[in-house]
Amino acid sequence: MDILELNNISKIYGSVKALQNVNLTVTQGEWVAIMGPSGSGKTTMMNIIGCMDRPSSGEIYLNSKNITRLSLADLTTIRRDTIGLVFQQFHLISYLTALENVMMAQYYHSIIDEAEAIQALARVGLSDRAQHLPRQLSGGEQQRVCIARALINYPQLILADEPTGNLDEVNEAVVLDLFKQLHDEGSTIIVVTHDPEVAEYAQKTIVLEHGRISKIM
Amino acid sequence: MRNSNRIFMVKMLLNSLLRRRSRIAVALIGIAIGATVLLGMITLCYDVPRQLGQEFRSYGANMIFMPAGRATSLSLDDVNLALALLPAEKILGATVYRYASARINLQPLTAAGTDFTQAAQTSPFWKIDGRLPSQDNEILIGADVAELTQLAPGMSALVSGRNKNRVGFNRPMLISGIVSSGGAEDGFIFMNMPAMESLQGNSGEADMVELSLTANEEELGNIAAAINGSMINIKAQLVKRITRSEASVLSKLESLVYLVTAVVLLLTMICVATTMMTIVMERRKEIGLKKAIGADSKNVGREFLAEGLIMGITGGLIGSVCGLIFAQLISDSVFARSINIEIYLIPLTLIISGIVTVLACLVPARRAMDVEPSVVLRGE
Repeated sequence: MDILELNNISKIYGSVKALQNVNLTVTQGEWVAIMGPSGSGKTTMMNIIGCMDRPSSGEIYLNSKNITRLSLADLTTIRRDTIGLVFQQFHLISYLTALENVMMAQYYHSIIDEAEAIQALARVGLSDRAQHLPRQLSGGEQQRVCIARALINYPQLILADEPTGNLDEVNEAVVLDLFKQLHDEGSTIIVVTHDPEVAEYAQKTIVLEHGRISKIM
Repeated sequence: MRNSNRIFMVKMLLNSLLRRRSRIAVALIGIAIGATVLLGMITLCYDVPRQLGQEFRSYGANMIFMPAGRATSLSLDDVNLALALLPAEKILGATVYRYASARINLQPLTAAGTDFTQAAQTSPFWKIDGRLPSQDNEILIGADVAELTQLAPGMSALVSGRNKNRVGFNRPMLISGIVSSGGAEDGFIFMNMPAMESLQGNSGEADMVELSLTANEEELGNIAAAINGSMINIKAQLVKRITRSEASVLSKLESLVYLVTAVVLLLTMICVATTMMTIVMERRKEIGLKKAIGADSKNVGREFLAEGLIMGITGGLIGSVCGLIFAQLISDSVFARSINIEIYLIPLTLIISGIVTVLACLVPARRAMDVEPSVVLRGE
């Protein structure tokens, strides 16, 4: 079953064509990597897939529902209920503990549940770091908190932007192993990356160049 | 379960505010100054009429009793009945006067009998050279009389004239002092009421009563109406020169206080709005993140307004304490009196501070609501 379908998606900013006629289908449980040099349109594509922006033309379907012309408020609801985001810069809130950062996603989704948030941290191996502030955690630990936050509301799609971009080799392996576990459990994963080694984990890799898909592997 | 969300939100807001202590301190100082001026000014606004009322009492009586209708004099029994109708706590002084034509060393003038203890209350502006009469054979002479007759305290003068029954009197009296007021009193001579009654040959009468009451123009009007409604032989009148001046000064002072307060609150709003706008710019990434993980614009706007409310109430609390001190200092230095603290003005100040701060946060909150979630991916 297709979870995501992009049909002829284009995004134009003034005279800049960030994406041109992009087509992509992602099935339930698939791991897809998006690669490409800087300025190739990866971020634009991620914004559109992550319901943070709308295409200038084309159609986008999520769970077979056309979400192309939904309002930003409706897209927020869909993003909250369907997508878990993992960022290269982690983006943890500095004045909240690891546990509170995870609970914040619950708070905006529905109702906070501390026990469930602790479980999510345990799943990424950080139950003993729950009360630590982000500055007291290593980069790898921060990224694992970010993953726990992305998982807490049971998203159908995990969207990760360069998830290992700021990590050393050891932590990169830990994070990729986590993604592998999630994938094995049936999660659908889309990863934007520069790193061919990260892309190797994916079942399908698409390469973007100048806003167009130049290669699908 | 919803409560746990609220607690979490409050914790998140407090942490967020504490993290930006230096920025928030600027806004808090602004709010506290606004609240200080607000509470200080409102307290003074409530208290100044009382303070000024007492100040104005030093300019003399603000009400008089005159004979009503065809009556030519007041009966002291009626006067006492009328005084009983007045709220006792508002009477600072009530001075009975009885006038008669007389001559002093053959100079014609007006002699007045009165109670000097009360006169000191209703005419505190009298300047006395010497002392007030304490014996029935003593008189106080006006400054103009003293100049005309070349009399001085300690000298004796012959007071002569005719009483109502056309019977002449001629009595040597000792001058105890000279009164100068800049008014009609400078041309009078004053003596104790028993001395006047003795010269006039009867007692229990008066020509006028001067009253000094702690009340504003409206209250005085009501008191006068009450007296005129119940006393046939007495006509109560306001001394317009005094009551109007008092009302006019109070009205101008109140306008000034409101204007200053409005300007300070406006400046507070600008200070808070500027600080919050800076905070929004600093927190774009955080706002974008919250939106990316599911916060909608309403969540974001509500959080900023709630932060504003917390700051407003905290600043209001600090300002309330400072405001009371500020009002006390002003009252001390201007009126040399203590203020009456109206406790209910403190919650009122907190509410106004909260509203002003929330209003100041409206534009920054709107700006925060407009932050796009995609900022977290752009690496801005």
